[in-house]
Amino acid sequence: MALNPDGDRRSPLDYAVKVEGLTKFYGPLRVLRGLNLELKRGEFLVIFGANGSGKSTLTRILSTLSRPSSGRVFVEGLDLEKQAQQIRQRIGVLLHNSLLYNELSVYENLKFYGRMFHVPDLQERIKETVAQVGMESRLRQRVGTLSHGMQKRVSIARALLHDPGLLLFDEPETGLDFDALRALMGIIREPSGRKRSAIITTHNIEQGFEWASHIAILDKGQIQFMKDKKEIDASSFLNTYQSVVC
Amino acid sequence: MLEKMKNFTQDVVTLLWKDLLAEFRTKEITISILVFALLTIVIFNFAFTPDPARVGLIAPGVLWVAFSFSGVLGLNRTFVIEKERGGLQGLVLCPVEREALFLGKAAGTFIFMCIMEMIILPVFSILLNLPVFMPGLLAIAFLSNIGFVAMGTLFSAIAVNTRARDFMLPLLFFPAIIPLLVFAVKGSSMVISGEPWSDVMGWLWKIAAFDVVYLVVSTLVFEFVLEE
Repeated sequence: MALNPDGDRRSPLDYAVKVEGLTKFYGPLRVLRGLNLELKRGEFLVIFGANGSGKSTLTRILSTLSRPSSGRVFVEGLDLEKQAQQIRQRIGVLLHNSLLYNELSVYENLKFYGRMFHVPDLQERIKETVAQVGMESRLRQRVGTLSHGMQKRVSIARALLHDPGLLLFDEPETGLDFDALRALMGIIREPSGRKRSAIITTHNIEQGFEWASHIAILDKGQIQFMKDKKEIDASSFLNTYQSVVC
Repeated sequence: MLEKMKNFTQDVVTLLWKDLLAEFRTKEITISILVFALLTIVIFNFAFTPDPARVGLIAPGVLWVAFSFSGVLGLNRTFVIEKERGGLQGLVLCPVEREALFLGKAAGTFIFMCIMEMIILPVFSILLNLPVFMPGLLAIAFLSNIGFVAMGTLFSAIAVNTRARDFMLPLLFFPAIIPLLVFAVKGSSMVISGEPWSDVMGWLWKIAAFDVVYLVVSTLVFEFVLEE
């Protein structure tokens, strides 16, 4: 157990995410290069980065879809190497793909995932999450007949269905209209009786700033910049971003 | 332990329910394998015009060419459908045992194969002037499906991540499944030739033994296939 910058001792259990020396190779290509990251429970980290900086790879590793080449990863205090199945129960993941089945209705999709996640009082929970994303009237409609933005809303409901402690959202703003974007923040931070954390990757600096409690910039496979949002001057952040990325 | 078993069974049944419901809506797999198997049998029937003396030699081969090739067609679609819609990632993200995912997917394909065979077998019998109801043939088809689908589901999950997936599945799968197909053809030949049950049973036991091996190996290996 090492001393953290605050001067107190913390174990991986105290963190929503703790990453030490994470490296990921795709064949000869090294996408992540000894990445270190600490996210305390209740914090909302927005990661900015250019295309190919490793944002999606990091999300895929944290969500157990991809294995690290080396390094240690703890999610919700659990070791990714040994406790991937328990981690899956505690995370809500939103990727570019909707992960929904076009030929099933919104209700059937949520029922399927709810049963796979062993969600108690599933009927009630489906009603709650569907109401949160404003899709109550589309519950019986087949997903394949919904617009991209509506599918994204259902995907958000799917990610929230099992009330996860950590949200991993990869560019969640894609395809969402203005109202849905505004609602998303409230949905993510909904009071659930415990501290919910989130890691959100995005290109949209304005939107990301609105969501974040902490800001990071990922470039060349490493976190090059990470600060509490309160310590950052929003008006000059674009210059900071460009100086780090370029 | 009991709770774990209950959850495991629920996961398998939920995945099976999802696959059956999706297939009921699209009929994508059932129709493609059924049409392929029907066409194969009809074409062979016209090509060979088997007389009663030779039917025992030709018919088993015709039947298992139809079953195995249309089965591969169905196996290919099983994971391609998941992959195309991102559902495979959705399944991997579920906090369930990987064995449950394997058994759920395999159970769906097994049912599609059984439906196809229940329709094809009477057509096959009529075209080749054989008795319409042959319990021995049904038993061989049912037992062979278990091993066929177990191994096929594993190789389908491997092939779906390759570029030439339509080509890769038969290339990888058929060499591994040859013993089972040989036993199925030999057993079917005995049933069609009217050999006694005691002789047919020998082949049924061999098929069952391979089913167990294929099922155990595939279930254990499947977890590693899903990993990136």
